[in-house]
Amino acid sequence: MKRIVATTFTLLIGLLAWNGDASAFCGFYVAKADTKLFNKASEVTIARHDNKTVITMANDFKGDVKEFAMVVPVPTILEKDQIHIGEAAVLKHLADYSAPRLVEYFDENPCRRYELFQDKMGALKNMAPASAELKRERDRALGVTIEAQYTVGEYDILILSARESNGLETWLSENGYKIPNGASAVLQSYLKQHMNFFVAKINLGEQAKLGLSHLRPLQIAFESPKFMLPIRLGTVNADGAQELFIYFLTKQGRVETTNYRTIRLPEAQEIPVYVKDRFGDFYRDLFTQQVKRESERGVFLEYAWDMNWCDPCAANPLSTEELRSLGVFWQETNGRIGKGMPMAQNVFLTRLHVRYDAAHFPEDLVFQETTDRSNFQARYILRHPWNGTDDCPAATAYRQQLRERQEKEAQTLANLTGWQISEIRKAMQLASGPLIEPKKWYERLWNN
Amino acid sequence: MGQDNGKDRSQKPAIWRDPRLYQIACLSGLLLYGLLWLHFEVSPWQITITLGTALLTQYAGTRFFKLPAFDPKSPLISALSLCLLLRTDQLPVAALASFLAIAGKFVIRWKDKHVFNPTNLALAVVLTSGLGWMSPGQWGQVAWFGFLIACLGGLVVTRAARADVTVAFLVFYVGLLIVRALWLGDPLMIPLHQIESGALLIFAFFMISDPKTTPDSRTGRIVYALLVTLAALYVQFGLFRPNAPLWGLIACAPFVPLIDYLLPGSRYDWAKPSTGQRAISPPSHVIGQPSAVNRLRSLLSIHQPGRFS
Repeated sequence: MKRIVATTFTLLIGLLAWNGDASAFCGFYVAKADTKLFNKASEVTIARHDNKTVITMANDFKGDVKEFAMVVPVPTILEKDQIHIGEAAVLKHLADYSAPRLVEYFDENPCRRYELFQDKMGALKNMAPASAELKRERDRALGVTIEAQYTVGEYDILILSARESNGLETWLSENGYKIPNGASAVLQSYLKQHMNFFVAKINLGEQAKLGLSHLRPLQIAFESPKFMLPIRLGTVNADGAQELFIYFLTKQGRVETTNYRTIRLPEAQEIPVYVKDRFGDFYRDLFTQQVKRESERGVFLEYAWDMNWCDPCAANPLSTEELRSLGVFWQETNGRIGKGMPMAQNVFLTRLHVRYDAAHFPEDLVFQETTDRSNFQARYILRHPWNGTDDCPAATAYRQQLRERQEKEAQTLANLTGWQISEIRKAMQLASGPLIEPKKWYERLWNN
Repeated sequence: MGQDNGKDRSQKPAIWRDPRLYQIACLSGLLLYGLLWLHFEVSPWQITITLGTALLTQYAGTRFFKLPAFDPKSPLISALSLCLLLRTDQLPVAALASFLAIAGKFVIRWKDKHVFNPTNLALAVVLTSGLGWMSPGQWGQVAWFGFLIACLGGLVVTRAARADVTVAFLVFYVGLLIVRALWLGDPLMIPLHQIESGALLIFAFFMISDPKTTPDSRTGRIVYALLVTLAALYVQFGLFRPNAPLWGLIACAPFVPLIDYLLPGSRYDWAKPSTGQRAISPPSHVIGQPSAVNRLRSLLSIHQPGRFS
């Protein structure tokens, strides 16, 4: 039986179920984002310094796990020691830590100085439970060389090189990989650029022994001046656009794409309070709207922050051990400072989110590390109105301004998400009760 | 385009013949577009400091080297290019880059001609020292097409006498990208996407085209464009580094005196744009065996106001 190369035939492998009860360090959830918020999403972590790169790959492979397989172009031939199995929990932690977040403020009683403050966040996660069963077959022919083969954890891994793409394509077909039409040209291009292919399947015996119901992330470590992510194979015959989250762990500063526009998402915008219960929908629609505004060619920055801290924290910063497990090799292991708070020094996290297809992303993503260490987070603000009954001149003025503020929030929301302004106004009135009509100008003038 | 047409030009005041005015307008427009629509990460302070430092340095250089007049046009072009290309978190770095750009052309000279393009030199120093970065991906498609048209329009309007180096570079660079794509079997969308960078246009129209740092003869400039292209492609596909044309240009700039020696031509004067071919023998004669007169002329070239601009 033909195995179908994983959904996207890309470098991304089954991401583990990310059903997100993210830990709440500085606050609590106001809105739990739908775990299916973004379909066909993959997550990759890239730790890189001095050309030394560790890639941790996960994707949301759904469907018959027997059909799971993965083909990744890699710049070097990998030794067994360069392949490793990652921990899904750490990736989840990283995703939680950097997730777009909702912050909540409460208006003070204008008659008294009093303030409440709470942080809320919603984690945007992807999911894909997957278990897989694949039978292993081998062959040598057609100019394809199996440079190496290893079993690592539940995976059987082959490192292939080839003289030409037809041979490679035939080899893959004969070995049960269903190659999408049009992949041959892309394979050919990678071969001419001296790339090898990393092919992973599931070793059923090992998987049974381990007793795992899901696929763990695969990690590869190599040294290469190429700072890129091959996405072209994933766009061949892909059914619609795909989502990709890339987390960079670097020493110097923020990472951006050099061959596509990297754009900061709108942030620190005040939005109506009722979005609290619909944060997932809000964020998904906001993202779609931004993608449209950039003519579907943009790469979006969701988070850029020094790993030492966060404000507000959607989750604890990652510990030195966790960062090491994601490939941060330049850190010493005894990185705890203060009262047991895990402190990771010299690690800067960049989270990019891209929705891509062949028409708008013809070329692989190429990155550069900048020296920019300024912080950025996709943060959205709820401001709860004060509903007290106290009466004083300040309260009167407050109530008048509130209406204007809420109208502005409604417009912001409509602008960010593309939602109907009339629907928003309706929802806001439901959520916040009847609004006080502002006095007319002549009423204010003569204080009627 | 490219040839100096003295007839109708001579009727305009000298200042209007200067292609730098058009360039300043073009770069300013692009900077405004970048700030307002593309949200370039460059603060008003950074722009102010970059422009201010460039003008001050030019003024100081004018006084120190006793030039006849302070001309703000060249430093403005360098500073505007820096605003468009250089990104940094620290304002002193913006000032340093601006200072390096302008001071570089007064100090690093060979036979009365500055060696490095001012913007190019400043960017290379700042990037190498890790003080700042460039965002080659910051340009949208709309900006790119608009900018391309404005640049090409500029060539037509100003009849820039030394546009040959721009055209030669673009032909070589784009041509070789397409050849590479054909060899790899890639769709042509890929090379088209690769050239869709505002940084490339700034490079082609405002950096490599700088008549003060390119060879004096047309043949020399075309050879130079080819050298820069090859160096840039090596940086891009051999070393896998971003901003390849920039590194290609800085690597090739020191060869300009050699090219000028082998292929001499007349020195450029902003007020009298020329292709450099007026004073020399036909190229076929010049190549390989430059006459002693021409070589001497090249070595001794002593020039008029504006030689530092």
